[in-house]
Amino acid sequence: MTELVKENNTGLRNKPDSTFSSWWKSGAPWVWLNAGAVSISILLVVGLLMLIAVRGLGHFWPAVVMESVYQPPGVPRQIVLGQITSKEEVSAARLRSAGLPIEGDAETYTRDLIKVGNRDLSGADFVYILEDWLGAPGFPSDALVVERREWGNLYGFLREVRHAGTVVAQGDAAWPAYQKALERSNRLFAEIRDIEKDEIGAVNYQMEKLRLETRRLQLDLEAEGKDPESVTGTSAYAEIQGKRSVLDTEYLTLQTRLNDLYQQINRDSYVVETSSGLLTEQSFAKAVRGYRPNEMSLLDKIIFYLSKLWEFVSDEPREANTEGGIFPAIFGTVMMVILMSIFVTPFGVVAALYLREYARQGWVTRTIRIAVNNLAGVPSIVYGVFGLGFFVYFLGGNIDQLFFPDALPAPTFGTPGMLWASLTLALLTLPVVIVATEEGLARIPRSLREASLALGATKAETLWRVVLPMSSPAMMTGLILAIARAAGEVAPLMLVGVVKLAPSLAIDGNSPFLHLDRKFMHLGFHIYDVGFQSPNVEAARPLVYATAFLLVLVIVALNLAAVRIRNHLREKYRALEH
Amino acid sequence: MANVATQGSELRLRWRYLKDRLARHAVAIGGLGVIAAILLIFFYLFYIVIPLFLSAEIEAQQPLARPGTAESTLYDAIEEQGEIALRIATDGQIIFYDLSSGKVREQRQIKLPPDARLTAIAPVDEDKGLMAIGTDQGDVLVVRHSYKTSYPDDIRLITPQLTFPLGEEWIHVTDDGIDALAVRQNEDRVLIAVITSSGGLLIYPLNKTSSLFDDEITLEAGEIQDLNVPLSTFSLIMTPGMQWLYAASRDGRVAFYDIRRLENIVLNDVVKLTGPGKQLTALTLLSGGISLISGDSSGNIEQWFPVRDESNRYQLSKVRDFEKMGDAPISVIEAEKGRRGFLVADTDNHIGIYYATSGRHLLTHDLGAAVIKTLAIAPRANWLIAESEYGNILPFRIHNEHPEISWNALWGKVWYESYAEEDYVWQSSSASNDFEPKFSLVPLSFGTLKAAFYAMLFAMPLAIMGAIYTAYFMAPRMRGLVKPTVEVMEALPTVILGFLAGLWLAPIVESHLPGLFSILLLLPVVLITFAFLWSLAPAALRDSVPEGWQAALLMPVILLFGWLCISLSGPLELWLFDGSMPLWMDTELGISYDQRNALVVGLAMGFAVIPTIFSIAEDAIFSVPKHLSNGSLALGATPWQTLVRVVLPTASPGIFSSVMIGMGRAVGETMIVLMATGNTPVMDGSPFQGMRTLSANIAVEMPEAEVDSTHFRILFLAGLVLFMFTFIFNTLAELVRQRLREKYSSL
Repeated sequence: MTELVKENNTGLRNKPDSTFSSWWKSGAPWVWLNAGAVSISILLVVGLLMLIAVRGLGHFWPAVVMESVYQPPGVPRQIVLGQITSKEEVSAARLRSAGLPIEGDAETYTRDLIKVGNRDLSGADFVYILEDWLGAPGFPSDALVVERREWGNLYGFLREVRHAGTVVAQGDAAWPAYQKALERSNRLFAEIRDIEKDEIGAVNYQMEKLRLETRRLQLDLEAEGKDPESVTGTSAYAEIQGKRSVLDTEYLTLQTRLNDLYQQINRDSYVVETSSGLLTEQSFAKAVRGYRPNEMSLLDKIIFYLSKLWEFVSDEPREANTEGGIFPAIFGTVMMVILMSIFVTPFGVVAALYLREYARQGWVTRTIRIAVNNLAGVPSIVYGVFGLGFFVYFLGGNIDQLFFPDALPAPTFGTPGMLWASLTLALLTLPVVIVATEEGLARIPRSLREASLALGATKAETLWRVVLPMSSPAMMTGLILAIARAAGEVAPLMLVGVVKLAPSLAIDGNSPFLHLDRKFMHLGFHIYDVGFQSPNVEAARPLVYATAFLLVLVIVALNLAAVRIRNHLREKYRALEH
Repeated sequence: MANVATQGSELRLRWRYLKDRLARHAVAIGGLGVIAAILLIFFYLFYIVIPLFLSAEIEAQQPLARPGTAESTLYDAIEEQGEIALRIATDGQIIFYDLSSGKVREQRQIKLPPDARLTAIAPVDEDKGLMAIGTDQGDVLVVRHSYKTSYPDDIRLITPQLTFPLGEEWIHVTDDGIDALAVRQNEDRVLIAVITSSGGLLIYPLNKTSSLFDDEITLEAGEIQDLNVPLSTFSLIMTPGMQWLYAASRDGRVAFYDIRRLENIVLNDVVKLTGPGKQLTALTLLSGGISLISGDSSGNIEQWFPVRDESNRYQLSKVRDFEKMGDAPISVIEAEKGRRGFLVADTDNHIGIYYATSGRHLLTHDLGAAVIKTLAIAPRANWLIAESEYGNILPFRIHNEHPEISWNALWGKVWYESYAEEDYVWQSSSASNDFEPKFSLVPLSFGTLKAAFYAMLFAMPLAIMGAIYTAYFMAPRMRGLVKPTVEVMEALPTVILGFLAGLWLAPIVESHLPGLFSILLLLPVVLITFAFLWSLAPAALRDSVPEGWQAALLMPVILLFGWLCISLSGPLELWLFDGSMPLWMDTELGISYDQRNALVVGLAMGFAVIPTIFSIAEDAIFSVPKHLSNGSLALGATPWQTLVRVVLPTASPGIFSSVMIGMGRAVGETMIVLMATGNTPVMDGSPFQGMRTLSANIAVEMPEAEVDSTHFRILFLAGLVLFMFTFIFNTLAELVRQRLREKYSSL
């Protein structure tokens, strides 16, 4: 007791009470509970970010290939060759209800998910196995993993390399020959892709333009009350036909070149023995890369990792978006965000200027402010609905009637596309920019304006020379926050222009180079689509994590930048005020 | 020289003032324009939604005299474009005429049996224009009227065609005359039911066989059955699937037969459709082939359909009454094609437009003096012709795009066809054309609120308590770390949260349910226990953690406990729940478990809402003037007492507004619910069941909705509901916040 009194007299901080009830009454448990709430929230955020980072970045690391015998009771033994994807503890009851012949007494079992690939041969990319039934794992150094353009990965052992059906290398010599042939086929493939995508794409684009031109001539004739079929007699038509024949010959030469390349690329093949002993001949034309992870050194692995990472950010997706890169999605997101910024900044700033500098402060401005603030809380899908109805169907439909009648009934702007998506998002982020700019304007000390006015400057000059430059960091903050929000927003985009696979980017080599009517891909939608609409979710999952990581990285960086700018700004004006 | 300079500077000055004025106007116009654009959203949504609630409109066109023949009319019809109408007269003339001018396009005489006249007509397949006609000699023939559209010289030309899909031979059913007729067919069979002039009800099946060499169909006569109907009937209706046969008598009774098995035709019931002393004057089958609409001699209009009872028997049940047009007897009821609307004429010269599902009476039109004998409506329900007793044909243009919607159809319980009782159902489309769309917003709103409720349940305690601690107890340095973290949390795209919730969290929750529940229930206890033990710890140890860093101290505790719970989850499940808690709940408690459920949504969306609530609440608590709390502390109150008695009451409006804004966000969130629930519109409050929210519903269905259709407009309405919902929450919050701000500035 004396000790307690002493403690009470000396300890200024929360005093230790020997009894629980007095401690309880002091309110300390509540403080601790509140502290717990903060800790939980912080742990949730950090944990989530780490989860995404680990899963997203881990995907590109070349995992070792395991080979082992697998023998569940009552089933013939088989050899499993593949990469372990995940391990989990599963209770015997669950396994039994899944129909597995569990006989042991153990209550839980370790279950591995193994990527065995060879979907074209065995039907499934992944198998679940119980470790109890698995023999000792081996890691054969010559186990080969081939990433293919179709049917996912191939796992096996390289046996032969063939050129036009004749064996050129066998045994140990096969691996160098394989690498050489793969390099050659990848070079050819790049060439084929260039021709198909760029050159033939350009020819097709020109052809389509000529078709539309012809149609426009017909429409003109119709407007003059003449027979549209008489277009064939006009000089403009002859010119179009001339251009068309030039394009036709161009197309033909491209086609022959392409046929030639296809013949070349289809020349080589390789033979792989799979874990079940099956020999399968595969064409190099379908192989993206082949590697032997078990014999790679750490440096090799790092190089491999970086090249995969580069492929991820710079290449196009393959196999229904479950493999390859996400470059079109990055491009679509960035471009949409840039367009949105171009729309939102001037309007947001002008609206804020009006509200803060010109409008008479009163209940009207207060109401407007409440309305603008509220709009920041309106669900994004509502903006999507509005964008679809107003921008796409109403504005776009009318633009098509006025400017693109030659393409009708196929819509040009009367269908979801890049322009409408960025406008919708501009509307969505407008409140963010207005609020941030207004806040910035409000923070500029009155004395500065008064000084400028006292020196004879007009109000516009004061604004332009003094106020706006000083509030530019605030506008920057608003814009960054707007961009961060826009980059992560998916729901409205699903209605106004995002697609799972865009055939071409919104910028290309065909005039007018910028095609705002095109649909585009988006990182956020990519996550939704690949994660939930993909036929092969298990195979796609690592890529979704990687995409999510990239998106989080961009958004967190933008937000932190905005926070930094804002804090910096506050400090600056605090200094000015005194 | 000086003069020139002054002149120059004056010019410049004027130019500067001009610029100033220009800038003022430009900014004003621009600013107001932007604000107007924002308001446009609201008005545009409204503009799209309004047509849903408009009544129908009717425009009378030039009346026509009976074209073709003066004989009285048995049947009228209009083709899809409203250009050509069809009239079948009792002498077997079939006349196609121009609806606008009355000019006869084509006239055909059907070869009638000698001395016969047409007395009865019945639809076989109205979508294809297949009709059966019956004579006073007991013969039946199936005819088809169809229309071919071609565009010679870019001008639409519609050519009517008349064909006989079952051959031009009359089928002899009875030696009596046919008073009423019902014919249906499917791939293998034609089924004819007639009421003879001597009052018998006969059923005559014919089996179809098509020859191998051409498409010619030969009919093989089956056995004629006399059903010995106990009523004197005047009207006969067979459902398109050849399930039910209704024979109605003038006194209001209807014999309800089950004809699914011809060898065993059952008289299910005899039901009286009319009230005492009233006569049944009209009976029609609605499109879809399930509902009957009856009209009686005092103007009552009712809907009936067979409902399965507990013993699996079908009872013809009255589903709803419609608003009366007047007290005059109903003379004609004509069903619209492809949807559940119908038109009614009474002997008092009114025409009314009704819709069954929504129970709406859309319009009554007074014709003056003309007793209506037949009504015909175009397949698109935009043209109507009414033929009067004296042979005048009155064409009307009808605007009635969205009769399906009424306040009750959206928000009330509706008795849908084939349902046992009234219910709230959202089912907007299906593959079949005969489908009755079910547009109740109640399940969606329920799902929205349910998702928001579970999210708030998770987010509110964490966010508010966290805000209290951060604003009031936390050390400034730690606060400098916590606040940006929360801001990052707020910026996380919801698509990522949804993806993690659906693909990562949902399976984990399912397999670690006991662990999760033990975390939720025991964590507070563990925290308090730890805190108490900490208070008993030696002073040296306690001093090593400075004041306001308790949160950091708790992190390892929470991590450890969480890990413990998750790893003990499996053994716990084995020990208490036979190895699988979802399975156990299903068998022992009857609670079914959906992998993507409200619990998962609550956790994920709660995560999304925490930072919103946290930031605003923290702001409110932090900006409570320091002299208030200092005064309280100086008077001897403990920090906790000061917080509860002084700080929180002052900040409570701010906390309230933070909750409102958080709620608004939870209500409108789309991606998380889209990905972390099964999106089934069920009304079940269980945390282990999924839901469908308004926002997710828009995202799922909008891309498939046909522009300007009812479905499209209802999705806009859902958007508007969401908009209003959040607008109300946010305005409330904003007003409270402004009030609070004023209060603080006065303190």
